[in-house]
Amino acid sequence: MDRFLFLTVDGLAKGAVYAAFALAVVLIWRAARIVNFAQGAMAVATVYAAYSVTQATGSYWLGFAAALAAGLLLGAGIERAVMRFVPHTSPLNSVIVALGLVLLLQAVLGAIYGNEFRPVETPFSRTGITVGGIALLSRYDLFVLGAVLVLVVLLALLFTRTSTGLRMRSAAFAPEVSRLLGVNVAGLLTFGWALAAAVGALAGMLVVPTELGLHPNTMDLVFVSSFTAAVVGGLDSPIGAVVGGLAVGLVLSYAAGYLGSDVTPLATLALLLVVLLIRPGGLFAGVRTRAV
Amino acid sequence: MTLLQVDGLVVGYSAAPVLHGVDLTVPPATIVTVLGANGAGKTTLLRTLSGLLRPAEGGIRFDGRSLVGVPVERVVRLGLAHVPEGRGVVAELTVEENLRLGGVWRADRRDVRLAQDEVYELFPALAARRKHAGHQLSGGERQMLALGRALVARPRLLLLDEPSLGLAPRITGQIMALLRRLCDETGLAVLLVEQNVRSALSVADQGVVLSLGRVVAAADAAQLRDDAGLRHAYLGF
Amino acid sequence: MTTGLRHLLWTAAAAAALLAVTYAIPPFRNYQLATAAAYLCATAGLTVLVGLSGQLSLGHGAVMAVGAYAVALSQNRFADAGLTGNGVLAASLALGVLAALVAGLIVGLAAARLRGPYLAGVTLAVAVALPAVTTVWAGVFHSDQGLSVYLEPPPAGLGYDFPLERWQAWLALAGALLVMLLLANLVRSRFGRSLRAVRDDEVAARLAGIDVARTQVLAFVVSAGCAGLGGGLMAVLTQSVSPGAYSLTLSLFLLMAVVVGGLGRLAGAVWGALLLVVLPDLTHTIVASLTLSPAAAQRLEGNLPLAVFGLTLIVVMIAAPGGISGVVRRLTPASPLRR
Ligand SMILES: Nc1ncnc2c1ncn2[C@@H]1O[C@H](COP(=O)(O)OP(=O)(O)OP(=O)(O)O)[C@@H](O)[C@H]1O
Ligand SMILES: [Mg+2]
Repeated sequence: MDRFLFLTVDGLAKGAVYAAFALAVVLIWRAARIVNFAQGAMAVATVYAAYSVTQATGSYWLGFAAALAAGLLLGAGIERAVMRFVPHTSPLNSVIVALGLVLLLQAVLGAIYGNEFRPVETPFSRTGITVGGIALLSRYDLFVLGAVLVLVVLLALLFTRTSTGLRMRSAAFAPEVSRLLGVNVAGLLTFGWALAAAVGALAGMLVVPTELGLHPNTMDLVFVSSFTAAVVGGLDSPIGAVVGGLAVGLVLSYAAGYLGSDVTPLATLALLLVVLLIRPGGLFAGVRTRAV
Repeated sequence: MTLLQVDGLVVGYSAAPVLHGVDLTVPPATIVTVLGANGAGKTTLLRTLSGLLRPAEGGIRFDGRSLVGVPVERVVRLGLAHVPEGRGVVAELTVEENLRLGGVWRADRRDVRLAQDEVYELFPALAARRKHAGHQLSGGERQMLALGRALVARPRLLLLDEPSLGLAPRITGQIMALLRRLCDETGLAVLLVEQNVRSALSVADQGVVLSLGRVVAAADAAQLRDDAGLRHAYLGF
Repeated sequence: MTTGLRHLLWTAAAAAALLAVTYAIPPFRNYQLATAAAYLCATAGLTVLVGLSGQLSLGHGAVMAVGAYAVALSQNRFADAGLTGNGVLAASLALGVLAALVAGLIVGLAAARLRGPYLAGVTLAVAVALPAVTTVWAGVFHSDQGLSVYLEPPPAGLGYDFPLERWQAWLALAGALLVMLLLANLVRSRFGRSLRAVRDDEVAARLAGIDVARTQVLAFVVSAGCAGLGGGLMAVLTQSVSPGAYSLTLSLFLLMAVVVGGLGRLAGAVWGALLLVVLPDLTHTIVASLTLSPAAAQRLEGNLPLAVFGLTLIVVMIAAPGGISGVVRRLTPASPLRR
């Protein structure tokens, strides 16, 4: 029972990161109908940026800010310089280009930093706080949960309360009508990529310390888990992404806890397959299909 | 004096031109209707005016400045609002959000709110459905919403593409009457594309008949109504 | 002359030419030739899958691993049992293909229900997750360390100083030619026409009486079998297998080779396979010509091919999308299920 409680809490902390990363996937999917397979590699790049800044300044928080800034720049840059020019003849075109970006980004990172795991520091202790004899969440886990909560609230406010959010939604749903109403659709698309990449950067910053360390491929499996989370949620639904992230976190935590941590990748694969084959539209798929 | 002046407009899609040198003027505070059979090029004309299509030749002057090459999203800022064919209500957004979208580029937030309230007064049916999503509205409500959303921008020229499409005659009549009132009271100019020739000519000041991408007649609306030969040849009644 | 016969003659001519080549080039080049041939099995299979059936697989590196491990395990078992002779190797390779066919069937059954980015995501998950199998069943697969593959020396009949590399080149080339002959005939067959019909318009294909799901699954199975043979040959060449050699990167390399070579064309698969061997070799030469610290040189050498491959993939897709356009039109982005 203690173990179950521990795994649950641990799974929620992991799931929060998957939720954040799934949100990044959903953001781009909603804005551009593209599953950004380069999301993981982009996030790793921003974490390396943070790593360099932290090394140079000794401050975790400056590195943190650098990661977010790098995310904004990288996202906007990739949309402007690459994705904008991908022909829309097939949805696979953008998938393949994103995979090309994965190779390119990982190669550049490997060439600069080398292909070994680098330990990264955390701003808070990762030892669990003991409650009633059970080691539960660590301070770092609390930080992760808090950061993701803030992120979710900010994104919700952005999309439901601000005019930018309204414009982003309308630009995604009805680009031509939006332009007629004075909405700068192309600019918002760039902003959407920038925002998604910054969200991905945050997720990367949060998750890398809990992985083996910083490595160009660190996020490969995290991306798969988060893609699963986004699919569980239905790709179109931000709420679904959050719930999906937590669900995936829990499943993987239980799998790792009861079957061994080596099983995690296989559990992810199994989960993705089960979800796609049983509920292909995701648990939060809208009742309505979009008229395209 | 003219608000909109179109000279020798030639527009085509990938293949041959669809408009072959269209001339047109819209004076301020005037309703000009563009009539013509299916495929005459009416929608193409409006889409070119709002910048969705680029003319191969010809000029568009709005209020003395050229619109050719102005990006779509800037055209509305100049005072020209386009309600597209099929109305373009964003189905995923609520009535309220659709209306907000109409003024989203405007800095004068107070006037935007004022304009929104005016729309709700104009169309009480919308006021009762503020929180409904666009896809939950009836055809008539959608038309009202699309029209109201365009008005929130406080345009000087309204481009309407077949507002009567799929609407009951009574609703069509209401909308036409409203256009007349807005034109008379606020000085709004309207370029009204219609298949519903009778109701369009009943409300318009001037009419232009397009056939296969050419202007075959341009005259006062009353004159067009009375010209039996023209009506038979191009308008089918 | 029938197409089948023409293909057979072409294959025989190619075999003769390649045989001459293997005598003309040094052992190192023979080894490279063998590697390209092993890659060719996989790229040819992938070309048929992506180009003809319109299904994108990011997991063919993992399928190669299945073939490679199956060959490694059976070779070692046979050796332990004291079995020798050339039939043994053939049996191992056949087992490798069989294992890959089974893997292809499993993935293909799932894939036939999925579309576009969803299918890509699942096959990506396969590529990322499968290496974990080696750790979970470490007793059999020996984790990251992998297995060494027992390989008998070249047959004594070839002479005592017959280079191993030439023998390996023969094996791999024989496998690649077999795959090419098979696929060339398949592409021209009724099955090939069904594949194209399904790719171009699923609904029309169904109306024409084609069993869409079966066609797609079959394409996956065939393609996986080819990749499995490629993986098995790779195991024979390197005489070792480890998860690191069959990572996601390999899957992406294969995809790059297929896209750049020209989707749906078997000749493209040849170019792609050659590129996979030549490009790293080229970057090695380039890096060697630069004056760098050993550490920097090593980092650059390991990553330059990746960068070049990635960049190529992006540029080809944007500048010359003709290769893929129309290929996968039917893949709907919004729904993973067939409509
Ligand atoms: N996107 C397009 N690509 C190619 N040709 C087009 C396109 N849109 C319209 N056309 C052609 O241009 C011509 C004029 O079309 P347009 O839509 O302007 O006609 P319309 O007068 O609005 O007709 P309707 O009354 O049916 O709406 C038609 O022949 C049509 O086939
Ligand atoms: Mg029209």
